[in-house]
Amino acid sequence: MPLDTSIKSVLIIGSGPIVIGQACEFDYSGSQAARSLREEGIKVTLINSNPATIMTDPIVADKVYLLPLTPESIEQILKENDIDAVLPTMGGQTALNLCKEVDELGIWQQYNVRLIGVDIKAIDKAEDRDLFREWMLEMGIPVAPARVANSMLEGKEFAQEIGIPLVIRPSFTLGGTGGGFVKSKDELEAALDAGLKASPIHEVLVEKAVLGWKEFELELLRDAADNVVIICTVENFDPMGIHTGDSITVAPAMTLSDTAFQLMRNTAVDMMRNLGNFAGGCNVQFALNPETEEIIAIEINPRVSRSSALASKATGYPIAKVAAKLAVGYNLDELKNQITQTTSAYFEPALDYVIVKMPRWNFDKFKGADDTLGLQMKSVGEVMSIGRTFPEALQKACQSLENNAIGLTSISRSRMRPEELKEYLKRPTWDRIFRLKEALEVGISIKTLRELTQIDRWFLYQIQEIVQLEAKIKEYKQSHSLPKEVLFEAKKMGFSDEQIAELMGDCTPEEIYTRRKELGVTRVYKMVDTCSAEFEAKTPYFYSTFEELQTGSDDILQNESKVTDKKKIIVLGSGPNRIGQGIEFDYCCTHGLLAIKECGYEAIMINCNPETVSTDFDIADKLYFEPVYWEHVWEIIEHEKPEGVIVQLGGQTALKMAKRLHAKGIKIIGTSFDDMDIAEDRGRFSDLLKELKIPYPKYGTAYTTDDAMEVANQVGYPVLVRPSYVLGGQAMRIVINDEELEESVVSLLKILPGNTILIDHFLDRCQEAEIDAICDGEEVYIMGIMEHIEPAGIHSGDSHSVLPVFNLGKLEVEEMKDITKKIALKLNVKGLINIQFAIKDGRVFVIEANPRASRTTPFIAKAYGVPFLNIATKVMLGDKKLKDFTIEKHLEGYAIKEPVFSFSKFPNVNKELGPEMKSTGEAIRFIKDLRDPYFRTLYKERSMHLSK
Amino acid sequence: MPQQANIERPAYLLLEDGTLFKGKSFGKIGTTGGELCFNTGMTGYQEVFTDPSYSGQMLIMNTAYVGNYGVNDVDVESGKVMIKGLICKNITARYSRMMATGSLSDYLIENGIVAIQDVDTRALVQHVRTKGAMNCVISSEHEDIAQLQEALKAIPKMEGLDLASGVSTKEAYTFGSEDAPIRVSVLDFGIKRNMLQCFADRGVYVKVFPATSGIGDLLSFNPDGIFVSNGPGDPASMGYAIKTVQDILASGKPMFGICLGHQLLALANGIKTFKMHHGHRGLNHPVKNLISGRSEITTQNHGFGVDQESIKEHADTVEVSHVNLNDGSIEGIRIKNKPAFSVQYHPESTPGPYDSRYLFDDFLNLIKKHKLN
Repeated sequence: MPLDTSIKSVLIIGSGPIVIGQACEFDYSGSQAARSLREEGIKVTLINSNPATIMTDPIVADKVYLLPLTPESIEQILKENDIDAVLPTMGGQTALNLCKEVDELGIWQQYNVRLIGVDIKAIDKAEDRDLFREWMLEMGIPVAPARVANSMLEGKEFAQEIGIPLVIRPSFTLGGTGGGFVKSKDELEAALDAGLKASPIHEVLVEKAVLGWKEFELELLRDAADNVVIICTVENFDPMGIHTGDSITVAPAMTLSDTAFQLMRNTAVDMMRNLGNFAGGCNVQFALNPETEEIIAIEINPRVSRSSALASKATGYPIAKVAAKLAVGYNLDELKNQITQTTSAYFEPALDYVIVKMPRWNFDKFKGADDTLGLQMKSVGEVMSIGRTFPEALQKACQSLENNAIGLTSISRSRMRPEELKEYLKRPTWDRIFRLKEALEVGISIKTLRELTQIDRWFLYQIQEIVQLEAKIKEYKQSHSLPKEVLFEAKKMGFSDEQIAELMGDCTPEEIYTRRKELGVTRVYKMVDTCSAEFEAKTPYFYSTFEELQTGSDDILQNESKVTDKKKIIVLGSGPNRIGQGIEFDYCCTHGLLAIKECGYEAIMINCNPETVSTDFDIADKLYFEPVYWEHVWEIIEHEKPEGVIVQLGGQTALKMAKRLHAKGIKIIGTSFDDMDIAEDRGRFSDLLKELKIPYPKYGTAYTTDDAMEVANQVGYPVLVRPSYVLGGQAMRIVINDEELEESVVSLLKILPGNTILIDHFLDRCQEAEIDAICDGEEVYIMGIMEHIEPAGIHSGDSHSVLPVFNLGKLEVEEMKDITKKIALKLNVKGLINIQFAIKDGRVFVIEANPRASRTTPFIAKAYGVPFLNIATKVMLGDKKLKDFTIEKHLEGYAIKEPVFSFSKFPNVNKELGPEMKSTGEAIRFIKDLRDPYFRTLYKERSMHLSK
Repeated sequence: MPQQANIERPAYLLLEDGTLFKGKSFGKIGTTGGELCFNTGMTGYQEVFTDPSYSGQMLIMNTAYVGNYGVNDVDVESGKVMIKGLICKNITARYSRMMATGSLSDYLIENGIVAIQDVDTRALVQHVRTKGAMNCVISSEHEDIAQLQEALKAIPKMEGLDLASGVSTKEAYTFGSEDAPIRVSVLDFGIKRNMLQCFADRGVYVKVFPATSGIGDLLSFNPDGIFVSNGPGDPASMGYAIKTVQDILASGKPMFGICLGHQLLALANGIKTFKMHHGHRGLNHPVKNLISGRSEITTQNHGFGVDQESIKEHADTVEVSHVNLNDGSIEGIRIKNKPAFSVQYHPESTPGPYDSRYLFDDFLNLIKKHKLN
């Protein structure tokens, strides 16, 4: 059927603040869906409480409601707008749950709003564990033996009946919250209790655990005419029992025969056709018994998901975009493949590369958390990498993680003995992949490793090949002695120059780089085209790899990334989401890219985070899906020869590259490297403040505990102790005496040996505020001033901040503005700057300045309804001056930025807040005035969560 | 214990247009040549390699890995490997599948197949896509270009080549249960095993006849319907087969043709076939059934096609039943007023999706209806 023209106005529900298990993949899906519907002339209204999203931007939707995701908000929207239909499949579990709740209240019916994409019956069938099982059994599809329990007693009875090991799965929760394994009898009660409590309907599934089976996911699309296609088959590197969000996953499936695959395909197609009213993207998970190749259905998600975002990036097929079209009536065979633009959207993508997704964890932020991986997702972000071999993709993923891994080698080597390694590998942990490699290195057999981890042999063989090649590389010491064959082999297997240099011992990464350029071992760029090169593709989406060069023909295209004559600007992204650096920077990069295009340049994006909008196939002019890791970034620059690189938009990740770029003579767009360095370098920055006569807390630096004590006594206790160059206040502590100081310095040096320790006098009980501003080198524009509700001592990312200030006096505000202008002009800022202040006894102190987009830039842009990122980027480029813009802020009352935490995933973790950031996301809340009850409660309780 | 193949030995791939790729040897050490084609499927390599329609082809597998799950005795479409040579990015010698019986490398050696890996297959596929199918040689024994060129010259053009008679059965044989209610005669031009299985599963007793069999032979089985199989080569060069298909139509027996069988049905009705630029080979080709309005994802393997213009001139006798959603090419036809239809793609799949299996049922329904009349 073609477009259903009775649908003129659609409401899309977002997924709210970022929490573990529900991250910016839904911003990516929601934005794609909104743009897809607007292409059809449909009016899109959007609700989401997360201000850091692109989907809530006027560039995406016709009307945006930044409201809490509640039935009341929905009713308000329906009252104020003439909405024909609601699309609930783009905002994860949150949107489905809200949609159901609203349905139960009869609100959809009352306002005559249709559900499109999915109906409530289908949601229930898929999401309710009991209904799902019944449905599967009805269809004759095998599932693991299980019973649904609504009470402790029932749970215990069923457990006895089914037998241990068991899985407890709560109904209607996201990211496996509250789920767990029961491997022995004494774990049963606690697991049942946690599961029942986590489920909003007090219901759990007591299920037989199929430990050690292989896990696969199929991403499908179905239209109303029952056409179904499999967009991507993803194989989990980790066996059943580890949440897929916490598993390393690989696409296409590596160890799946056609017979086994078709069995899954047939089963999934039957499930989809039998689901009921459904048109859109869906995910089905299977477990496969490696001995018999029988399969069981694990779950079905009738909505787009983290996996579908990954599948879209992995194949190039924009699932959410097409799913939205299917929801408004189109059939798959009526749509075009968006990538080739000539062939049909009704097809199954073919891949000629390997995708590896690796989760990114932040256990360092959750002291005391159980770091065993299991049913409940614990990672905060992920990276995706693309290579022509599995080892290449795997090592590129490691290089993308930004946890100092330079490949599969040498990330915090455990130096465990073989026996210890074997013991360690029994338990799935975040670093298991690195330990597996160590185990193979010390000679532990594939057979033993297979038994310990139940990871498929094929993957273990591949890691063994990395180990074998390492041994070969180690035979050489100096770069000039390294034979071309070995070097080429190493690069094809994804080894970084840094990794090779480290293995050889007597050379530097630069020497390896020079050597390979001499030998012609250089990157080529291949296109992600959905079709394995069968058709010509128009979408400039690339990854790097190494290929043997052919001879004899000039017209063979080994490097598909053709450099245009246009002037180019490269934007560096922020890598995987983690606490302290998340979706905000995707928002900034997306706007940056669009502004660059508006200024007539070719906008080139580099990033490796599959959840982002900025890596969508039609945002940048050219996308390199590559690690934001020096070697990759540099070779792209070498290839593209851009006018300059923007490092202000990709958080600390991008900013960190400025020094090397500058050293290589590459132009940093906007504020110069040297000026940024002044802001980043504690000593240089203090000198600047001193010169400008701006007060700042006394501080000092130290390298040893003794130094630290001396400095602390000089600046006066309490002091704030922290390492330099870290994110989100990592390992930051406030201490009040020598004893505590020693403890904290010792632990800090343990995590980050050799780091410079910064010691600041802590302004006890002071008030905190921050300013985001744009400067064009001549003029400074104050975007917004935010006052924190909580007193100093809580990381700014974890504080509620109010825009504009609510308590600070006029003089203090003027003082802050004045200081901001002075600093921005002194630093010759061209673009963005964020300055954090402490106010004590009427005096304004500067705590720090960040010469880049900050976490709060999107919040301010949303609160005031001003495209600040667009303006800032044009200023950075020198294309426009501030005076060229007329800026009108629209805000009645106040906007509050509310931090959102994921502590529910870590029941044993101390929930106290301090100088180290712990929140995973944020929401925005508008209040009319200070009498608002929400604000009053926050204000009353402002000191309650303070750890010190 | 899986063994390491001798992957250190260099191998060369020389194309007709002079392009030379260096890679690593895999499979048998030797030299081989034929026409280049590529397959985009990501699973089912063993089924593809044993498919008789690939006879004479030098096959590029587009997917990044081949061999990961080894080989076994079940996933085969004929008694041996049919491809002439194999070109891959990565072929793994060490496999992982509990139900496998051996490695792909041993299997290729046993079957005498010369293969090359570590080739920039993506660039190669793009080259074939733009320049069209061409001949090539792979060698893991010669390094001298002149020798490779010599070998290349010896390879015949695919066009005008009757390869089907070479892979067809030499002796007629039966398949399925003798007591089955329906009997079908099969004209074999290189039939895939699973086609016979699809008939047997539906209660059909089949007898498979050699390619050169005439209508008399086919009718001697007293069949309820006649099936014309897939196979390699240029259909236009097979005058004897076109004649047989005309005789089948004249006999009034229900007829079903797949792939080469489809092209022969077209030729038998005066419709032209042509050599495609680079063919369709993979497991993901979208086809729309114009009669039911439903679409299906199909397995395809053909280098020749039925001419779209020519079919328009025969609109009075032939109806287009299926079209390719990517390029609009003809995927299926029905003969008006005759119980005969055919499809260009492979409803028996293996490897590939089961979306089109209904065509076997359609054929049986046609037979049943015909029987009633």
